[in-house]
Amino acid sequence: MLKRTLTAIGAFSCLATISVANAATEVQWWHAMGGRLGEVVDEIAVKYNASQSEYKLVPTYKGGYEDTMTAGIAAFRAKQQPHILQIFDAGAATIINAKGATVAVADLMAEHGAGFNKEDYLAGVRNFYADSDGKMIGMPFNSSTPLLYYNKEAFKKAGIANPPKTWEEFEAIAPKLKEAGYIALAQSHSPWIFTENFHSRHNLQMATANNGYDSTDVKIMYNNPELKMHWGKVKEWLDKGWYGYYGRAWGDNQDAFIQQKTAMWLGSSGSFGGLTKSAEFEFGGSFLPYWKSIVDEPKGTFIGGAALFAMSGHDDEEYKGVADFMKFLTSPEMQYFWHKETGYVPITNAAYDLAKNDGYYKTTPDAEIGILQLNQPGGDWTKGYRLGYYVQIREVLYKHYDDIFAGKSSVDDAFAKIEEESNDLLERFNATYN
Amino acid sequence: MKRVQFSHSPIPYLFIAPQIIIICIFFLWPAAQAIYQSFLLEDAFGLSSQFVWFKNYKDTILTDAWLQSAGFTLVFSFLVTFLSLALAMLLAVKANEVIQGARTYKTMLMWAYAIAPPVAGLMGNLMFNPLIGDLYYFLNAMGWDFNHKLDSFDAGFVVVLIAVWKQVSVNFIFFLSGLQGIPKSVIEAATIDCKSNLRRFWTMTFPLLAPTTFFLVVINITYAFFETFGIIDTTTGGAPGGSTSTLVYKVFTDGFRGNDLGGSSAQSVVLMLMVLALTVIQFRFIERKVHY
Repeated sequence: MLKRTLTAIGAFSCLATISVANAATEVQWWHAMGGRLGEVVDEIAVKYNASQSEYKLVPTYKGGYEDTMTAGIAAFRAKQQPHILQIFDAGAATIINAKGATVAVADLMAEHGAGFNKEDYLAGVRNFYADSDGKMIGMPFNSSTPLLYYNKEAFKKAGIANPPKTWEEFEAIAPKLKEAGYIALAQSHSPWIFTENFHSRHNLQMATANNGYDSTDVKIMYNNPELKMHWGKVKEWLDKGWYGYYGRAWGDNQDAFIQQKTAMWLGSSGSFGGLTKSAEFEFGGSFLPYWKSIVDEPKGTFIGGAALFAMSGHDDEEYKGVADFMKFLTSPEMQYFWHKETGYVPITNAAYDLAKNDGYYKTTPDAEIGILQLNQPGGDWTKGYRLGYYVQIREVLYKHYDDIFAGKSSVDDAFAKIEEESNDLLERFNATYN
Repeated sequence: MKRVQFSHSPIPYLFIAPQIIIICIFFLWPAAQAIYQSFLLEDAFGLSSQFVWFKNYKDTILTDAWLQSAGFTLVFSFLVTFLSLALAMLLAVKANEVIQGARTYKTMLMWAYAIAPPVAGLMGNLMFNPLIGDLYYFLNAMGWDFNHKLDSFDAGFVVVLIAVWKQVSVNFIFFLSGLQGIPKSVIEAATIDCKSNLRRFWTMTFPLLAPTTFFLVVINITYAFFETFGIIDTTTGGAPGGSTSTLVYKVFTDGFRGNDLGGSSAQSVVLMLMVLALTVIQFRFIERKVHY
């Protein structure tokens, strides 16, 4: 009896699997896009599934960036990995250096008939998730770059015409904003804006071994006079009441701008949509300021955000689906849709042209600033970085920046510590991943 | 002879089997895994690993960040345990004396118990928000230059306050039932002997509550070490400068945020040993002074 039941169950489950396989091959996509962004992701899936019948894309929200990465890793260890996993910038080294965890999207798309040409992608986007030869491993998905937002009413009140292009200009207008009753500036992500992109903007090297792209045997180069000068200034601004620090949380600093405590805010090009909804004043966007004393002509910044990685261990039929979806996702129409709905930059030149021809930037010129900044001339050190245990290194940065702000440690001491602790982490990473 | 052996019924073992299985699956097995993992350098995806003896311990224990975290954990645990016990005892003794509306008082004092630590943390977050937080404004209006985003003392104040607030109600329930367990005759005899309320408390009530207090000390230390995780994660996230990161929180950030499995495991093994030692000390040296 028992045996018969078991056989019946077995036969039934076989049938069930077959019928699913006949219907459509499922492509699992784990992502970290919550709130409105998550809704747009779901809309993308609906659009994709309606566009064809061979594959069924199933997006699943897995929490924040770190949660999604941890969930993907745990699933991989249990051999239950999704086909597509969204990994954020700081986690790129972990997944790319784990040889055999992913399939490079460049290869995947070329092999499965989706076609791939690197030149199709925007210059600032192409390299961040690529290996040292420039082959794209991850497909940039939600790509953003740091921008300056300013409150136009506050600027009018203080009698200032234009947002500052350089930090020197910032220092000239900050007292006027203070007089008008504003803290001049806040920003939401000091490792990303005031450290990583600081180096790109000023074309400074971040780490040895080609910013870490060439090897995991790498040393951090944050203990440099330019960055120390900048942080000395930031602390000075804080003490003078020109700079507001509302903690590490992204939203707390953005809220200070929305509630008009601060006149300027450094956030992401992807923040544009959210600000439009919540700010009850006229605001504008501008490029990330730079120090005239360091460079005459600033370089472009690189992208932040996250990329989609194809996890290894699936069969060809499923990879075909992944490649097909990537092709769909990078089509000009979808990129333009994503760009308009979220404020993230489109990643291909074709999508950018489509947005331009559609007149999108005539009606909303601020939406273009991020792309223009990414497309500014690149230098030797503007393609990004590939550093292991970078999530912890960001923690190290936060820790010592907090200490600088609190006056607990001098800028020199803080950066000596940053160098030492970061290098310990990089050494551990090198020992682990080799 | 064989009969004698079988006379030992297997039924008791059957009854404790579920508990034993739970301990094996949820404690012994993971603990063994953590110890094993702490000797390995392994990439996050588990594709390659090497046995490195004590490298993980050397790299992560006794570093500046670990020492800071350990120091904070000890101070934090002491403060949370002491303050939440002292406050709960005071409230319980006072509530026990109330006759009019006693039930209302007791219910009001108990219901914070139903709030999960992360929720308590989120509530605290709102109250201490620099832009809209009432308590933030209140403390600053009182002349305290309060900024828990910048100042580690202020941040410590926030997490201790929330952790204590959350725990007082649990302790209150135990103390109240402990107080009600004191025989009426003893109380009456003491009242005849001694007029001073305070003196009666220290010489009669307090010693009679000792078993409850001891039990609560053990429970509260565990709470401060482990369960406050949710509060810290939702309020300060260990900031500023890692000054409010307890050891458990550090294990979490290194392991589940940074994907350093070996280093995180080494820290959790050390933490396990610390708590084990603490528990042994409590039972060997403090429990002796408790009269049941």
